[in-house]
Amino acid sequence: MLKEKDKIFTNLYGFESFTLASAKKRGDWSTTKEIIDKGRDGIIGELTKSGLRGRGGAGFPTATKWSFMPKEPTGKTHYLVVNADESEPGTCKDRDIIRHEPHKLLEGCIIACAAMGAQVCYIYVRGEFYNERIILQSALEEAYEEGLVGKNACGSGLDIEIFIHHGAGAYICGEETALLESLEGKKGMPRLKPPFPATSGLYGCPTTVNNVESIAVVPTILRRGPDWFSSLGRERNAGTKIFCISGHVNNPCNVEEEMGIPLKDLIEKHAGGVIGGWDNLLAVIPGGSSVPMIPKEICDDVLMDFDSLQAVNSGLGTAAVIVMDKSTDLIKAISRISYFYKHESCGQCTPCREGTSWLWEMMEKMANGEARVDEIDTLLGLTKRIEGHCICALGDAAAWPVQGLIRHFRGYMEDRLNETKKNIVAGR
Amino acid sequence: MTKIVIDGENFEVEDGLSVIQACEESGVEIPRFCYHERLSVAGNCRMCLVDVEDARGMSPKPVASCAIPVSEGLIIHTKTERVKNAREGIMEFLLINHPLDCPICDQGGECDLQDQSVAYGHGASRYEQDKRSVENKDMGPFIKTEMTRCIHCTRCVRFSTEVTGINEIGAIGRGRDMEITTYLNKAVTSELSGNVIDLCPVGALTSKPYAFSARPWELKQIESIDVMDAVGSNIRIDTKGNKVMRVLPRINEDVNEEWISDKTRFFWDGLSLQRIDKPYLKENGKFKKVSWEKAISVLSEKLKDSKPNEIASISGDLSSIESIYSLKKLMNSLGSQNTECRQDGSRISGSRERWLFNSKFSGIDDSDGCLLIGTNPRFEAALINSRILRKSKESNYSIGLLGKENELNYGYDFLGDDPNTIKDIINGSHPFCSKLESMKKPIMIVGQGALVGNHGEDFLNLSIKLANKYNFLSSDWNGFNVLHSAAARPGAMEIGFLPGPEGKNLDQIIEGCNSGSISTLFLLGADEVCLSDKSDCFVIYQGHHGDNGAHQADLILPSPSFNEQNGLYMNTEGRVQESVRATFPLGEALEDWKIISMIAEKMKLDFKINNFDELREEIFTLFPDLLEIDNCIEGGNPKELMAEEIKEHIFYNSVENFWLTNSIARSSKILCDRNEFSSNGVFKI
Repeated sequence: MLKEKDKIFTNLYGFESFTLASAKKRGDWSTTKEIIDKGRDGIIGELTKSGLRGRGGAGFPTATKWSFMPKEPTGKTHYLVVNADESEPGTCKDRDIIRHEPHKLLEGCIIACAAMGAQVCYIYVRGEFYNERIILQSALEEAYEEGLVGKNACGSGLDIEIFIHHGAGAYICGEETALLESLEGKKGMPRLKPPFPATSGLYGCPTTVNNVESIAVVPTILRRGPDWFSSLGRERNAGTKIFCISGHVNNPCNVEEEMGIPLKDLIEKHAGGVIGGWDNLLAVIPGGSSVPMIPKEICDDVLMDFDSLQAVNSGLGTAAVIVMDKSTDLIKAISRISYFYKHESCGQCTPCREGTSWLWEMMEKMANGEARVDEIDTLLGLTKRIEGHCICALGDAAAWPVQGLIRHFRGYMEDRLNETKKNIVAGR
Repeated sequence: MTKIVIDGENFEVEDGLSVIQACEESGVEIPRFCYHERLSVAGNCRMCLVDVEDARGMSPKPVASCAIPVSEGLIIHTKTERVKNAREGIMEFLLINHPLDCPICDQGGECDLQDQSVAYGHGASRYEQDKRSVENKDMGPFIKTEMTRCIHCTRCVRFSTEVTGINEIGAIGRGRDMEITTYLNKAVTSELSGNVIDLCPVGALTSKPYAFSARPWELKQIESIDVMDAVGSNIRIDTKGNKVMRVLPRINEDVNEEWISDKTRFFWDGLSLQRIDKPYLKENGKFKKVSWEKAISVLSEKLKDSKPNEIASISGDLSSIESIYSLKKLMNSLGSQNTECRQDGSRISGSRERWLFNSKFSGIDDSDGCLLIGTNPRFEAALINSRILRKSKESNYSIGLLGKENELNYGYDFLGDDPNTIKDIINGSHPFCSKLESMKKPIMIVGQGALVGNHGEDFLNLSIKLANKYNFLSSDWNGFNVLHSAAARPGAMEIGFLPGPEGKNLDQIIEGCNSGSISTLFLLGADEVCLSDKSDCFVIYQGHHGDNGAHQADLILPSPSFNEQNGLYMNTEGRVQESVRATFPLGEALEDWKIISMIAEKMKLDFKINNFDELREEIFTLFPDLLEIDNCIEGGNPKELMAEEIKEHIFYNSVENFWLTNSIARSSKILCDRNEFSSNGVFKI
């Protein structure tokens, strides 16, 4: 279990105030100028050493991402965009960070801007996060008053502006290029890549888009040293992570834990265990709705980090653990997820636009037992035709939960379909 | 050049091409729906997915070939199992919600989806659920919509934004509920909107007037030239029997690229309405059908009775060089110098560089600034306007307009509508001068609206002076352009169908008709002349439509319209192009040269036209520059001439109503219907 002293988000549960005074007591903004004075290479170097991987889902090394930004001024404004459009079902970590630790995020923004030579930072907050936006805005105003943000931020000699922008509640705007489109005032539709945002992002200028958690952990890492961070967790999966545990557990919660903690420990120690005991567990979606589920046999000993979960054909994603016990209708559950993706597809590219709705229709048929057994193969083939053929990852995200279901619970599905057929025949 | 490998074969292609372009150049077909050479890359249909392999190895997933550039040593696979699977998948996805109504779809036979599903699709669909249906949108009188067929390629959206400059087509909704629509179901207002019909790869946007009238395989296709404006768009006339069914653009990079204006696309129904089929003679205020013999003998008598300086002739906006030349021969033979082709009263004359679009249309792309004088290019030459629009999106490209303020689809600096402002610009005291000075290769476009009236010639000279003052003219750049709006005008000017030394110009001819000093007026398809106050002058109208000219005439001679006889036209940039007969003349109509030749024979004049080939040969001998068919006649830099004071000179709009500029357009029901819509796309009440 993570020791109290190693926790980054000490006010994750909001027992203390989010205000600047309270945050300063917790150590925020304490040595920001010194950190900025390490310079670009210093900051990025230490971050590389710490082994921080992006917390938004893909797990791309943060330092590497920052290093893609042009080293020399290009004559254009360089942007940092913080992705606070947290909409992945099951995920609620960024919300708590903004609610209770907004200054960690703002300090991280200043350091990240300094490390990338960015002059302007936008924080794109999910439309539904109304109260969070107000809290973040008031924290930002406090920081401006104290001179921590704005002209000569933290006395570092750098001018860094932070703006808060709120979305209108579209899941797709959490995709980094769709977010940029939305920020520019256009319809939130993902852009083709390349060009990547680091070359041509917001308004055609070099831009880096980072998740809230990735940015919020940076000040603490740099303050306590990269070795401390990399000493936690496993190799290539260093540090701590906020896990969001929901579903059939006794105490659904957000908790900061060491990477690589066994899933069983995570659920039993922090979430009060699965309802009805561990043996009542059916399956877990370990990283937010878009990753494939894993059945109990795998849950027994899988570790919660990027590489371990990848090894079992799933993913850490946003570390939103959705626990499903034996009372769950798995097919109906995945069908509901398919409905979500059908509803949130932007409609731009063919496989996703047409595929997600077809997928949902077939999942509904499966859930109602109206499908034929051979249609399971059609369904699997369908997911393969969506996966990897789209502009962004939404198509993949829609395909994976269904693939996970078929991979681990094919027998369960066949039983359902056969049983319904039998009932129909018996009913005649 | 970049070396690439496609399916195991080595190719060398130009740098900077996208993979889809490189494959096309190398003769490897890649299916596509959303990709279009002239529009921005959307990459959303995913039909063009290919596998690429570079130094880092095979791409982890297939990539959209329209969206990635070629690089040295790139290996492209278009036939792998993965690519085949991807294409089949996309085809299947596109077809699940596409209705199976090909038998009643106007796109049938020329449908990208149909063709590609044969080549890349499955035999049968695995989709068993209900298909989506989408409510149709009203996009006005030109575009018929069947939105259930839409595959969301967004070509129309990109066209509307990028080429017409009016953001009026867009997509609303998300995911499967995404729909292409106009804002609040308004009619599209652009002058180029019809091109979305060609762009649409399926039958979602089809031609409303052409609906259900023919199948592509029944049509005979004739390549010809458009005469609705002086751009000389290259068109294809599709006919069935002796009827024109539709008009489509042909690709000509130098002229119309791949587009045509809506007037060009939809004038065709006017070709069979209001036509003059027989000779008519006005007796006691009423037209009576007469035979050709009678008509010619009445005409000959009239001409014989008139003194040479009492005879005048005006040529129309749609006449070919051959027609005007034969009329010129007749007038010369009769000794009349009162020949006029400038129906709108403009006073351009002199050597051709003074009235041609010298920079050529392609010169717009090379320019770095534009000054419009007395012109509304959106109405006078919609395709030129689209080129200016494209340039206007570049930073540092400034456009100034001196003339009537008009709603153009790009931003411009308005310099006022007082012609005398040109003097301020010449002497450098106008605020716009600093911008002009910074331009290295600017173009100036002078419209006919600036050159009408007694001081038109002087204003033209002032414009040339202005061009010399700034960088419009230099040893390697000629940015002095005069824009014509009548298709026949540049050709008529070239062969000199202008008043002789003692001849009367348009105003004087009309004045002569009113006062009686002109006793016989010959109108060759001239429909824009107003003779409401004429005294007992005998007016002969030779033309094809019962329009203004015919109404004012005493004798009407039926002749074929431009699509019923061969003819040369010179466009505003001096490009000579041949219009080809697509259908046969209606009724008893005779070709223009034949009528003139009959008159000459009857009157025993000193010339003879034996046949059309000889006539054309004669023109080529006299004007050898015209021989350069499809090429531009070069003018050189215009010389600066002294200009008199421009008193009481004002700017006009040379085209007030885009839809009804000539007799064919005015006879077209389609264009008249479109005219009932106001400029913001709602029906006029």
